[in-house]
Amino acid sequence: MVENCLTRKMVKYCELFYSFFKIGTFTIGGGYAMIPLMEQELVDRRRWLDREEFLNQLALSQSMPGVLAVNMATGLGYRLRGLPGAVAATAGNIVMPIVFIIVLAMLFRHFRHIEAVEHFFMGVRPAVVALIAAPVFRLAQSARIGWSTCWIPILAALLIWLFDVSPILVILTAVVAGFLYGRIKK
Amino acid sequence: MVFLQLFWSFLKIGLFTFGGGYAMIALIQSEVTVSHHWLTPQEFTDILAVSQMTPGPVGINTATYTGYTAVLNAGYEPWQAVLGALLASGAVILLPVVLMLLAVIFLQRTKGNKDIDNIFALLRKVVVGLIAAAALQLLTADSFGQPGLTLQFLLSLCLFAAVFILSLRRVSPILLILASGLVGLIVYSL
Repeated sequence: MVENCLTRKMVKYCELFYSFFKIGTFTIGGGYAMIPLMEQELVDRRRWLDREEFLNQLALSQSMPGVLAVNMATGLGYRLRGLPGAVAATAGNIVMPIVFIIVLAMLFRHFRHIEAVEHFFMGVRPAVVALIAAPVFRLAQSARIGWSTCWIPILAALLIWLFDVSPILVILTAVVAGFLYGRIKK
Repeated sequence: MVFLQLFWSFLKIGLFTFGGGYAMIALIQSEVTVSHHWLTPQEFTDILAVSQMTPGPVGINTATYTGYTAVLNAGYEPWQAVLGALLASGAVILLPVVLMLLAVIFLQRTKGNKDIDNIFALLRKVVVGLIAAAALQLLTADSFGQPGLTLQFLLSLCLFAAVFILSLRRVSPILLILASGLVGLIVYSL
């Protein structure tokens, strides 16, 4: 790690902040939309790290708890410049979105009951549900879900939806089950 | 009091979200509309719409917006609601950031072990179910209108189908949300 940092081109904190600031401020559609932009900026344009290390961080970010984009920023920032790098990248990634949302939340209260806004949101609501449903099928492929394993996400979804089981409990159960399954298989 | 509860709720949400912002939606939903009743389901759907239309990670946007609205709904002033927004988004990233740092340090020293690989192989599948649950829980009259041969219900079904298909074909979410809103604006205002 230490040698790695020394052989690597010294990345300036302000450049690191700025790169993640740009990505955080101008990407709409959440973490999955940010991944290709991060790859472009950090690997292709800045050449701060190679594609393999980027993919390693992506796998780790998806396996760890938290917001995907923030996990990427923290992990990549640390790889590039240690702890201050992690802080710079993470802060850059989220500062503008937080400001935008607070301003919007303040304004939205006053606009909400205007008839045109209500009509707009009557159209938007079913679209939002569809936007959440669609990644289920995209992600099912990358999680290697096939006919023999499709009962796992279905069971998890039904437990939460129909039986009001807490998602946290479902995740904890999966952690224990995954551990035991691996041990028994051996 | 609502501040402490908000902090604790979002600390938990951050720690137990695997699979990014979309998986987080199910957790925020259960904490915020089921356990605490800070928001109505309809308010929550509106927040999701705004969070997806505005730039930034969906999980951060949702946490910020939810923190703001929950404090305001509890009867506090707008400046206190801003604190609630900062508190919720800070709480949601606090533990994941610390864990990510530890993980990067740990992985840079050791190779992944079999137990951890097995746990994550199952978690990745369960997470897909979590996102599906978030979508299923939003299949309500708040989002779609009362089921029946009403204009709102039929139009909602059409919009749902159209957006679902176009989203799978990677049409930009902001475009889809804006287009659906415009359709609603035109049809319901006629």
